[in-house]
Amino acid sequence: MSDGAPVGAAVALPLVLAGLAYSAAVMDAAFRTGDGPAAPLRESVLLLLRQRRRTLASDVPLVRIGVISLPVAALLAAAVIPLDGGPGGSRVWNLPVSVVWFNAMEVVAWASLWLAGWGANSAFPLVGGYRFLAQGLAYELPHMFALITASLGAGSLDFGAIAAAQDEVWFAVWMPVAFAVYLLSALAMAFWGPMEHPVADDLGGGAAAELSGPDRLLFFAGRLALVAVAAAAAVPLFLGGGAGPWLPGWAWTLIKTVAVLALLVWLRGRWPVIRMDRFMTAAWAVLIPAALLQALVVGVVVLD
Amino acid sequence: MQTVVFWVLAVAAVGFGVAVFVVDSMARATFALLASFLCVGGELLLLDLNYLGVLVVLMMIMEMLVMAVFMIMYMMNPGGLMPMTMVHNRRAALTISIAVFAAMAAGVLLTPWPHRRGAVPHDPAFSLGEAIMGPKMLVMMVIGIAILATMIGSVVLATDRGRYDRPPGRDGGAA
Amino acid sequence: MNLQVFLLLAAALFAVGLYGALSQQSIVMVMMGLELMINGILVAGAAFWFHIAPGTADGQVLVLVAVTVMALEMAMGFAVVTALFRSRDVDVTDEAGDLRG
Repeated sequence: MSDGAPVGAAVALPLVLAGLAYSAAVMDAAFRTGDGPAAPLRESVLLLLRQRRRTLASDVPLVRIGVISLPVAALLAAAVIPLDGGPGGSRVWNLPVSVVWFNAMEVVAWASLWLAGWGANSAFPLVGGYRFLAQGLAYELPHMFALITASLGAGSLDFGAIAAAQDEVWFAVWMPVAFAVYLLSALAMAFWGPMEHPVADDLGGGAAAELSGPDRLLFFAGRLALVAVAAAAAVPLFLGGGAGPWLPGWAWTLIKTVAVLALLVWLRGRWPVIRMDRFMTAAWAVLIPAALLQALVVGVVVLD
Repeated sequence: MQTVVFWVLAVAAVGFGVAVFVVDSMARATFALLASFLCVGGELLLLDLNYLGVLVVLMMIMEMLVMAVFMIMYMMNPGGLMPMTMVHNRRAALTISIAVFAAMAAGVLLTPWPHRRGAVPHDPAFSLGEAIMGPKMLVMMVIGIAILATMIGSVVLATDRGRYDRPPGRDGGAA
Repeated sequence: MNLQVFLLLAAALFAVGLYGALSQQSIVMVMMGLELMINGILVAGAAFWFHIAPGTADGQVLVLVAVTVMALEMAMGFAVVTALFRSRDVDVTDEAGDLRG
């Protein structure tokens, strides 16, 4: 399976991911409330110290699995993303079909939300879990087509090879529709910003309503990690990986990741929450045909 | 190392498979089945089938989550708050499945399997893609048509309304 | 690991699934049994590919077909259950025995 996983990368990866997730939290606090960089830390400590609240006849193991699987999935998805953006560059798991693996790990969020919502034995979380399933069915197909389009352009299912194929022109430039669909579905898969209907305020917190204390911290940290991973994957997929003048590859990867992350976080404060049934209609009537057309155009160009 | 991983995954796959029919809670049964599939995905990775292994992981997570919805819809006592058994013919079923397993195990152990021909290609996913787009194109076409037929057929079976009947309160529905 | 242990695993999964498919009353649980049986077929197909003929992609194609069959089986199964449930509030195989024909 993994041949010679670089140990250094394996140690660094969780730290980098945690750092990115924390910076996302800081940016979110800054954009929305104007709090300083210590605000997320304060909130985390508060959550850590707070006692857990239990609901009657809750399915505790399922809730735990749901909560823990969220950050774990983000970490596993990050394991196949090249850190320095080059082909065969340093990454923890050198999997040839890394794009498919990345997609599989995002889908784990479906299970996480549903489990957290179901296990609490409470109405609002359950509704939130079901909302995310509906949203998942809406965003997943356009998302897959966007990933396939980038893979098609490079002729590979590997992040490293896709990044290497963008020597001349970034995929974001000549497949803008796929990039836009990717960003939108990145919001949806991390139930973030306009897509946070599953944990929206109209449900009193939705799937996360009954989570408290350390569970809640882990859940929302996992969500931030998902946003960060989605931003990090956009770099080799559409933004040329680590390519750039003067600076080394890892620095460019980091700069681009933070830029995408900032965009995603900024969008959260700008757009209202979209109801998932409306998003479903829009996804199937607009996004899927658009993504398919984009794939067709790329396919024709690649064949040529 | 590989042997250890194989046995751990194998025992876990069968164990979760048994758990599906033992646990009371439908949610737990669904996720036990999912765990069994994930273990099988791991076994496929052990066999150098990167793409198919990851594909199994991806598809089964989505499939089991959809299954969970129906599970809760159609089962009494989905939360498993009271113990229940909903089985018929338990003894016969047990006998038959044990007999089938014994027969298959005997076949597995007694058959003189042919020796290996050819070597594992550098990129199995690539050879799979070449096969279904080349000599095995017919398989791909049949799969495609079968999926289309299933989509249409299942929607026709499952829905009770036509194209323009929307539930009240939705976009385009009655007020 | 040789071919035999993989096939034994496949046989065990298949047998467990068979037990479920034969003994469960709820249609949903029957379908879970069927899925487990196909799960065994996945393992067997992959093991045959790896240990007998890795040079050609036939075994992989078989696995791909099995995965597809799994998805289709589930979609069709749930559609039938939904239709059945809608028309007569039944989700148990024993009460749909008159469908035999």
